[in-house]
Amino acid sequence: MATAPAPAPRAAAPGAAAPPAGPVTPVRPRRRRALLPYLLLAPAIGILLLGTGYPVLWQLLTSLRTYGVAQQFGQPAPFVGLANYAAIVADADLWGVIVRSVVFCIVTALVTVALGLGLALLMRAVWNWARVTLQVALLLAWAMPVIAAMTVWIWLFDRRRGVVNWLLETAGLEQFHRFDWLSQPLTFFAVASVIVVWMSVPFVALSVYAGLTQVSTEVLEASAIDGASPRQRLRYIILPMIRPVIMIVLLLQLVWDLRVFTQVRMLQDAGSATSAFDLLGTAIYKLGTGTSNFGTAAALSVFILALTLVMSAYYVRALLKEDQE
Amino acid sequence: MSAPTTTPPATGGAPARPPATARGAAPTRRRRGRGRTAALSVLALVVALAWVFPVYWMWSSSLLPNSRLQSFTPTFFPTGGSLENYQAVLGRGNFVQALTMSLTITLLSVVVCLLFAFLAALAISRYRFRGRTSFVLAVLIIQMLPAEGLFIAQYKLMQGIGGLESVWGTSILYVAAVVPFTVWMLRGFVSAIPADLEEAAMVDGLSRPRAFFRITFPLLAPGLVASGVYAFLQCWNEFTIALVILQREENRTLPLWLRSFVQASVTREIDWGQVMAASSLVAVPVIVFFLLVQNRMTSGLVSGAVKG
Repeated sequence: MATAPAPAPRAAAPGAAAPPAGPVTPVRPRRRRALLPYLLLAPAIGILLLGTGYPVLWQLLTSLRTYGVAQQFGQPAPFVGLANYAAIVADADLWGVIVRSVVFCIVTALVTVALGLGLALLMRAVWNWARVTLQVALLLAWAMPVIAAMTVWIWLFDRRRGVVNWLLETAGLEQFHRFDWLSQPLTFFAVASVIVVWMSVPFVALSVYAGLTQVSTEVLEASAIDGASPRQRLRYIILPMIRPVIMIVLLLQLVWDLRVFTQVRMLQDAGSATSAFDLLGTAIYKLGTGTSNFGTAAALSVFILALTLVMSAYYVRALLKEDQE
Repeated sequence: MSAPTTTPPATGGAPARPPATARGAAPTRRRRGRGRTAALSVLALVVALAWVFPVYWMWSSSLLPNSRLQSFTPTFFPTGGSLENYQAVLGRGNFVQALTMSLTITLLSVVVCLLFAFLAALAISRYRFRGRTSFVLAVLIIQMLPAEGLFIAQYKLMQGIGGLESVWGTSILYVAAVVPFTVWMLRGFVSAIPADLEEAAMVDGLSRPRAFFRITFPLLAPGLVASGVYAFLQCWNEFTIALVILQREENRTLPLWLRSFVQASVTREIDWGQVMAASSLVAVPVIVFFLLVQNRMTSGLVSGAVKG
């Protein structure tokens, strides 16, 4: 339907450039119509240039400058080429942050998508009332504002009176008596990962379930009559058919989990904020607001931007292809 | 359709089986299937309970006095609970201030965002013009840009144009952050409405703007509502930009207020009852709102972004 009106203006454009073949009057409306789409786009482009374009440009330029004590007294920051990037490469702490972020992002995204897929398949296999109950539970979790959710989770993992420790202790695991989850990086990021998974699974499960409803039951029944086991049906019919949904959901999760900020920041509020507990988002925040070392902070931001773009290239291409259809 | 045509050769040995076994085995297989469905239904119920537990715990703890939350054995059912924590939180006054700030910023951002996105969606789904693909590409890429990579620059920008601590400064950044996805969502809705309808009305003598507002605009209402809800939730829950731009206490939005509430209690013994009441105050309106509109929103999300 989008293509129906499309060919007309495109065909009209060369016509307007060529000597007017038809009556003279239509030329003016045509020209005005050629301007119209740009006028319609102008407000959106304007605000994007201001709110996103300028900051990206600033970030790129700043990443090539150096900021020191002199700059705090108003001196212009000198250009230093790629020195900030070199500083990142040479900084073992920052490498730790980068590696940690990438590992955190991949593990969390994979667990999220695997669980989401499992729950979507579960929704198909159960009675109606069970499916509706599960869907409502997922929606409730999905709708929780991040800050409220984080506050509750911190309370759940509270060292002394949190339910998690109480449950583990009651189950006979004495070592969890007053266990401080936020005191070591490994358990800190495990908690962060659990929370992020809890928040993101609903979106994945419901999207994949929407995709599953598109799989034709006739094909499945036919294959069952032909003797395909449930596992074979899953592997050779269902999964290939919902592959596009899974791919897009996985990419979105990867992109989102790479830039996770609020959750880590809030956990740091409750635990420790030393650099061993940083991911890329919080590391940039500290560099930018704490030490005023804008150059390095900007270089690290550009690094995240580039990483995100590389990861999302596939997604963007898929969506663009859809748009051109 | 490909499955039935390709499977017969694969199950070459099977054809003898179906006539004999399929009929005889059907009842038992169905019975076994029912047992399996029952077991899986129970599993689904357990997962649902586990998933909803944090939400329940927030609400349950918010009704209990601190003395009972201090106990080392958790109270799972808040019998004899009260609304005291809510009264205490609301009595602090700065909740109303934060609520007002959140409402003002969010409503302003949503209205502006819908207007801009609607015009842009109209342009890209109704017209082909030079630069159209570049715009669509830019919209897609900007959606992917992490806010966490940009906030220093955004702070500097607002410092430069006097937008720090202001409603309009925050709103500019919110609109810029939400507009790309809203354009993408609305584009799907606009192109689902055949342009022929409008052209037919123009043949009947209506001018183009009138044809548009009489015919196309009413059909677009569900799309505008869906993207408006999306934008509302994004702005209402936004944390990072607000944290950077609105640093003064009197300018806090609700997410910032809730965080400072928790932080304030870190210095002394945390008053978890009040903190949970505060979380509920922030979360419950969003949850109710979300449940009311989620059907429309997920279908909008699926048709706009996921379904290919």
